[in-house]
Amino acid sequence: MTVQTKPKGMTRRQLLSRSVAMGAAFVAGPGFIAGSDAAWAMETTALQPASMATLIQMARDIYPHDRVGDEFYAAAVKAYDTEDAAPEIEAGIAALDAAARGKGHASYIETGWERDRVDILRGMEDSTFFQRIRGGLVTGLYNQKAVWPLFGYEGESFSQGGYIDHGFDDINWI
Amino acid sequence: MVAKYDLNDDTVVVVIGTGAGGGVLANELAQKGVKVVALEAGGRYLPEDYVNDEWDSFGQLAWLDARSTSGDWRVAKDFSGLPAWIVKAVGGTTTHWAGASLRFQAHEFKTKTTYGDVQGANLLDWPIDLAEMEPWYEKAETKLGVTRTGDREGLPGCNNYKVFEAGAKKLGYSEVHTGRMAINSVEYDGRSACQQTGFCFQGCKWGAKWSAAYTDIPRGEATGNLEVRERAHVLKIEHDASGKASGVLYADQDGNQHLQKARIVCVAGNSIESPRLLLNSASSMFPDGLANSSGQVGRNYMRHMTGSVYAVFDKPVRMWRGTTMAGIIQDESRHDPSRGFVGGYELETLALGLPFMAAFLDPGGWGREFTTALDSYENMAGMWIVGEDMPQETNRITLNHDLKDQYGLPAPNVHFDDHPNDKAMRAHAYKQGMAVYDAVGATRTFPTPPYPSTHNLGTNRMAENARDGVVNRWGQTHDIDNLFISDGSQFTTGAAENPTLTIVALAIRQADHIASEMGAGNL
Repeated sequence: MTVQTKPKGMTRRQLLSRSVAMGAAFVAGPGFIAGSDAAWAMETTALQPASMATLIQMARDIYPHDRVGDEFYAAAVKAYDTEDAAPEIEAGIAALDAAARGKGHASYIETGWERDRVDILRGMEDSTFFQRIRGGLVTGLYNQKAVWPLFGYEGESFSQGGYIDHGFDDINWI
Repeated sequence: MVAKYDLNDDTVVVVIGTGAGGGVLANELAQKGVKVVALEAGGRYLPEDYVNDEWDSFGQLAWLDARSTSGDWRVAKDFSGLPAWIVKAVGGTTTHWAGASLRFQAHEFKTKTTYGDVQGANLLDWPIDLAEMEPWYEKAETKLGVTRTGDREGLPGCNNYKVFEAGAKKLGYSEVHTGRMAINSVEYDGRSACQQTGFCFQGCKWGAKWSAAYTDIPRGEATGNLEVRERAHVLKIEHDASGKASGVLYADQDGNQHLQKARIVCVAGNSIESPRLLLNSASSMFPDGLANSSGQVGRNYMRHMTGSVYAVFDKPVRMWRGTTMAGIIQDESRHDPSRGFVGGYELETLALGLPFMAAFLDPGGWGREFTTALDSYENMAGMWIVGEDMPQETNRITLNHDLKDQYGLPAPNVHFDDHPNDKAMRAHAYKQGMAVYDAVGATRTFPTPPYPSTHNLGTNRMAENARDGVVNRWGQTHDIDNLFISDGSQFTTGAAENPTLTIVALAIRQADHIASEMGAGNL
């Protein structure tokens, strides 16, 4: 059984697209994928759009933050969409799908529950492909300045004269 | 007028490295009228150049030359090519250090006597003691402007500290305060007061934290006696037919090699590069490397017993606001074998930004166990554990002939196995650290593994007897009179305290000794 993980507020166009929709993203045309909520879109040049969609889902399953939108995961893996990187990534995605089929699912991205996808990932945790994607996400995801406010992180304060007048000691519950 | 010396000038003292050891030594010698050429592998970055962004700063400042690792320490698994988190820049790791400035305790100079025989540990008493070091510590504290020493006031406590302090007091700890820090609580020595900006690890943009980059280095240059050559990477120390050090071969930023002649050579390249340089300087006269008749060069590598404890609360902490290391618990720094280990440890607050927290909280971790921790980043508090680790002969820097640096020289391999005493101490510290946060209502705690080492110590250790170590009580090598070691690699043992203050105190003392020996015609 496939359960759509993000059924919220879909437009008719998006519903129509669900025939090719995959997880958080859908393939909107050759070389083009977009977020299910149409909040973002992305062209691919070297990777198959379906592979990019799988990669985005994999990224979210590795570092799931429910308050972080897909566009940040998409940005985090966009760097693999190059002629140099694509063959290894496509091979990795193929292995991921094969592992999913081995556990009775149609493909990785069509595996409905996160726990089942995580189970597939655990099975390939030591692979070069998994470690490359996971390692890249540590900076690719968390070093996006735009993602910091979603975690409450304020970053630099020098430009405002430091935190000395901006709450460095404002804790009120201790 | 900045000095400029000829390559063939063999009257100069050559100092290799410009950090807490080399930078201070170069200035102190220059102040005494000694001619100094300081060779620094890195470039010159000043407060206006520092970047308050963790990864960008890491790319700007970190020493990223090829290195390899081995042993059972977790760093070898998590960061196999990055055993150490240190800086390649004028001022060395004094740009990156957090500023904690603690004197060693008396017994920590005498561990062999105090701890007795510890199986597998190569313990040795320092040939010097606290009483001898006290005046030099005082000079170092004055130089650095250490808070809570002299008449200097402590820093105010930030949010991260307040959580830490409240937990510590509930647990019954009494030696809890905002630290003795080389960060100005008020303007001092021409440097501004701390503005609680955070990013102490990335270079202080206010100059409120002491760094050799903008204190000792320019002051030394202003005497007209010090020439600093930046982006000058030392490859080899040469010696003459009598076995005395005669010059230093280095590559400039274009890769061109030069030989600077020298009257005296002082090595301060940090505890990985310093022994590597001695080993890479092997010759027919010294086939095992310079100053290595004891076989101790590169051995007894120490990195402090470290780890961190982070905790999540049900309300915000915002630990990143304010100084990175904002306070200390010293109650556990005593030697008390009833705890199941010799030596002691300090607990010091630590804050990481979100990008580094993602990299260091649980390296290799993923899935919701990991991400739900980061989801609570805003509600997180953190501390670092720093304790004495046991010197072991087999923990050592060796030359990796299968891995070459950008100059074609063998890269250093850093081998480290935790000693059972290190493990017992870490387990105790994790327990106590988590208890501190549990005492004030932590909903989740994380015993976080060690980061790549910033405290690298002991690989050219000081020993009374030439067979036990590499240098004598002055940091002078036992084998070669005009070759000195001037960084933390001369530490006989590591103590529980952050090492910089002791490195600085030793450098001031060594400068005094070298200048007087030169004056007496002995060097």
